[in-house]
Amino acid sequence: MASTRPELDPAQPTAPDYRELVHGFTWDHAREALAGLPGGHGLNIAHEAVDRHVDEGRGDQVAIRCVAADGSMTAVTFAQLRQETSRFAHLLGSLGVRRGESVVSLLGRQHEQYVVCLGTLKAGAVFSPLFSSFGPDPIRERLLRSRASVLVTTESLYRRKIAPQLAELPYLQHIVLIGRHDGADEGADERLIGFDEAMAEQPTEYDVAATEPSDPALLHFTSGTTGLPKGAVHVHDAVVAHRVTAGLALDLHPGDVFWCTADPGWVTGTSYGIVAPLTIGATLVSYAGEFEAAAWYRILADQHVTVWYTAPTALRMLMRYGADLPRSHDLSTLRHVASVGEALNPEVVRWGQEALGLPIHDNWWQTETGAIMVSNYPGMPIRPGSMGRPMPGVQVTTLALGDNGRARVEDGKVTPAGVGESGELAVRAGWPSMFRTYLDDEERYRACFADGWYLSGDLASLDADGYLWFVGRADDVIKSAGHLIGPFEVESALLEHPAVVEAGVIGMPDELAGELVRAYVTVRAGLDADEALRLDLVAFARRRLGGLAPKEILFDEHLPHNSSGKVMRRVLKARALGLPEGDVSTMERVP
Amino acid sequence: MTPQDARRAVAAALTAIVPDADIDGLPDDASLRDELELDSLDFLSFVEQLSTRAQVRIDETDYPELATLGSSVAFVVSRSSGA
Repeated sequence: MASTRPELDPAQPTAPDYRELVHGFTWDHAREALAGLPGGHGLNIAHEAVDRHVDEGRGDQVAIRCVAADGSMTAVTFAQLRQETSRFAHLLGSLGVRRGESVVSLLGRQHEQYVVCLGTLKAGAVFSPLFSSFGPDPIRERLLRSRASVLVTTESLYRRKIAPQLAELPYLQHIVLIGRHDGADEGADERLIGFDEAMAEQPTEYDVAATEPSDPALLHFTSGTTGLPKGAVHVHDAVVAHRVTAGLALDLHPGDVFWCTADPGWVTGTSYGIVAPLTIGATLVSYAGEFEAAAWYRILADQHVTVWYTAPTALRMLMRYGADLPRSHDLSTLRHVASVGEALNPEVVRWGQEALGLPIHDNWWQTETGAIMVSNYPGMPIRPGSMGRPMPGVQVTTLALGDNGRARVEDGKVTPAGVGESGELAVRAGWPSMFRTYLDDEERYRACFADGWYLSGDLASLDADGYLWFVGRADDVIKSAGHLIGPFEVESALLEHPAVVEAGVIGMPDELAGELVRAYVTVRAGLDADEALRLDLVAFARRRLGGLAPKEILFDEHLPHNSSGKVMRRVLKARALGLPEGDVSTMERVP
Repeated sequence: MTPQDARRAVAAALTAIVPDADIDGLPDDASLRDELELDSLDFLSFVEQLSTRAQVRIDETDYPELATLGSSVAFVVSRSSGA
């Protein structure tokens, strides 16, 4: 089926042939491109991303171009970044942060985000970024799980999202505030520290922590079907995968100008928005503003972006503006465009060719995989609608499904799905950027593996030529605008409202965002399920959850339950989509 | 549409998305997205709401004019009087 779909001409006919790439590839060979710590004292991502460039004479090269919302630009060289990250590493030391401890950032796409990330790694601590659009509830939940003693945020985010719940954050000992004004100290919490003042006191030289490749480096929270968010832990060795995949899948090379539009609060914004481009020695563009079509094209043109990594939702929004807008900008430096976040529909791939003169290369990976696992490579014909083929060095397959809609495991063994058959997308365990645990939840981590395979929870089919095609999620997790949202977390927040006795949250198909979060709520007997209450719930959910809040809230007095009384989201979704009752019976087998 | 009517339409469109938004306390020149924490999808909902309530056509190229409360009101006034 899929193999008969049309192919587009490759953008880079000179790029290496896919078979050659796979044939000659070993991770050990890929590791030779890393510098390693001086004296063979281990591996540290910050050294690979920053210090080595200075050591090797590239200190004057621009590492980051921070473009403000008004379009003004501040350039940061590798030499500056080395000094700033060294200061931050010293600051963490002075605050008593030890190796392996988590340091959390709640920041936007701003200069300090990069300093905090790389300075934390330099100190041997674990960097955990939180999306600044999260509401107070998701922030509190993640801060508690990380047990971080240090949080770095802005004055404004602190005031709105942290200060009101400080009493519920017992682990926090120091809150480093950016943009803190003098004189703001009157009666302020003694845990508050001004970023600029504290940084100014620190030395600019730092011996990078002698971390081993297997030491933890990054902590990314991700959502599951049940329970609260899981903290996926990645190690310093992941940097080899960040570097290699950026080269092969994104065609990123030293000297490129690279714009990854993902926020560092999500894994893409860290792996490819910070680590990969700096490690390669490219210049990364960081835009503080929100999505706005003309502003985005201006960045591509004014910054002479050569490689652009963005998301389907953003591309579909750009499509609505038509092809004239991009054509009115000089995008001649742009060489490669890639997309990740949810499946990229074929129309977008073709639109790229028409509007940008370039096809858009879809790829697939997740928080747990740490780096790109499947991609339409530069040297490979794109099949519009396909996520592409596996990374060299990575074995990916689809596994036959069992009754519960996940990979069937019998006597510890899995079975490959047939060609063209829907199966659970699985990656052979052992690639360098594989997550190493879920923080404090080893059991849940182990449940992700069977018979030597990591089970992704995504459904896909494999065609006869080895291209993978996304089918959907095997569980209830919602993919909206490239973000993974756990229904349980949203339901839990809604249940805090005094009028709500029960809630069921599902993703509804949406042509722009892939899915939109929709909540069904049952209100307490005797209450009027009227418009005033609905608006009150909408406001309540936004205050609690921020960017995770449902876009739609509907009343439902008869939520479907399973035998143990749990709301059955799949049945709810089948109903919402007008699927026949017959589908409902199979849904009831889902645990 | 008078500026007062336009302001009411903008306020109604915003409170449809953020029901507890303090529109009266919002400076005319403050970024709506920042102040009300609207993401891209919220912003598009705001555009739809405003288009319906103010009975004006809003094209993608008009979006930058809806950045603040003041600019949104001015946009609705100019667009409705020109129609």
